[in-house]
Amino acid sequence: MRNTMPETGAFFARDREMHPPAYTPWYKTTVLRSPQRALISLDGTKSEITGPVFGHNMLNELDNDLISNYAKPGEMPIGQRILVHGRVLDERGVGVDGALVEFWQANAGGRYRHKKETYLAPLDPNFGGVGRTITDENGYYWFKTIKPGPYPWPNGVNDWRPAHIHFSIFGHGFAQRLITQMYFEGDPLIWICPIVKTIPDEEAIKRLVAPLDMNNTIPHDMRAYKFDIVLRGRRSTMFENRKEGN
Amino acid sequence: MVQPLGYLKESASQTAGPYVHIGCTPNFSGIHGVYEKDLGSGPLYNDKTKGERITVRGFVYDGSGTPLKDALVEIWQADADGFYQSPSEMRGKADPEFFGWARCPGDMATGEFVFETIKPGRVPHSNGKLMAPHITFWIVARGINIGLQTRMYFPDEEAANAEDPILSRIELKVRVPTLIARKDGSTYTFDIHLQGQKETIFFDI
Repeated sequence: MRNTMPETGAFFARDREMHPPAYTPWYKTTVLRSPQRALISLDGTKSEITGPVFGHNMLNELDNDLISNYAKPGEMPIGQRILVHGRVLDERGVGVDGALVEFWQANAGGRYRHKKETYLAPLDPNFGGVGRTITDENGYYWFKTIKPGPYPWPNGVNDWRPAHIHFSIFGHGFAQRLITQMYFEGDPLIWICPIVKTIPDEEAIKRLVAPLDMNNTIPHDMRAYKFDIVLRGRRSTMFENRKEGN
Repeated sequence: MVQPLGYLKESASQTAGPYVHIGCTPNFSGIHGVYEKDLGSGPLYNDKTKGERITVRGFVYDGSGTPLKDALVEIWQADADGFYQSPSEMRGKADPEFFGWARCPGDMATGEFVFETIKPGRVPHSNGKLMAPHITFWIVARGINIGLQTRMYFPDEEAANAEDPILSRIELKVRVPTLIARKDGSTYTFDIHLQGQKETIFFDI
């Protein structure tokens, strides 16, 4: 599925001033789960510049349709019908083709379908909350779903997560591996959420907020939100260290 | 003034949260009927895969010594001859019967993760020296804001480990053993300590 020459350059250094640090005590679980020692810097070797590639043939027809992939025949989940779409790019602005994108979320009432979830809002019998897709040759992806609801969580005495969809993305190298969350334009909970506030850079937070995209809304059916995801860029092949075939 | 460089910024990481299993291993989390099987589950080898069969298992511990019961661990490794199953692998062709990637959620009751895989071959570093056999790990969980990357090395590869270009440039030698698994027959135990005296080395790759 890839038309271009494979790239073998190392990835740009990660900007750790923009990403959340490990220790963010206002998000309490990080206190015991954050390394205290400095990370050891490692310029990407073959072990990190390579990564698994997943073929479109692993996908089922409904994998990117959360409105249908768990619903009983003839039924549908309750909630705001939305299309989420965008591109997976790298820091050079190049579309990342063949990228596996996985997503998961709560239902319209903020309830997750998970054994350990106990929030009193009910499960929706027609909503599972999981999907996946693989980007096309331009890095484009889309899926249909129900807009998730906010939900309370045991952190502060009255903390509520903003509506969000979790994303897990594979690029072309294991060093590009990323998990993040998408938020929705205009949600006032974004700016008081301890997990959002682990990100020290306000501009970086804004890049996780998907705008309403009326141009791609399907009239009388579903609204659209546009969410672009940026993975690390990589050095051009001509600047590689070529000793011993790397 | 100069021309703008024009690079985009990487999307910021966020925690995978406690329900990462819904998206990454839905059958494990109790959601059946969407995916036939969870991606990356089961042995990394089949009957035709070349190489020595091994089991890799361990726990992810927090700073109080308690195992995490909601972590998700992924591994990426070369085949028995040291080739990666990736388009960026330009030196040769990897074993077609070996994908090299897997994921395992920690057991919900105990926290243990287990991989059935093969022992990887040696892969060259960009400086031309061979790295010792190793498996690349990526760990996410509730309370981990950005995925942690580390490597597991093998205790029965002392000579290769001694000349490994990554291990040999770690300044605090007392920390190197945190990257080396324990061996018991064909089982290697690799415990990951997020914090504290036994803290595992994590890499900024």
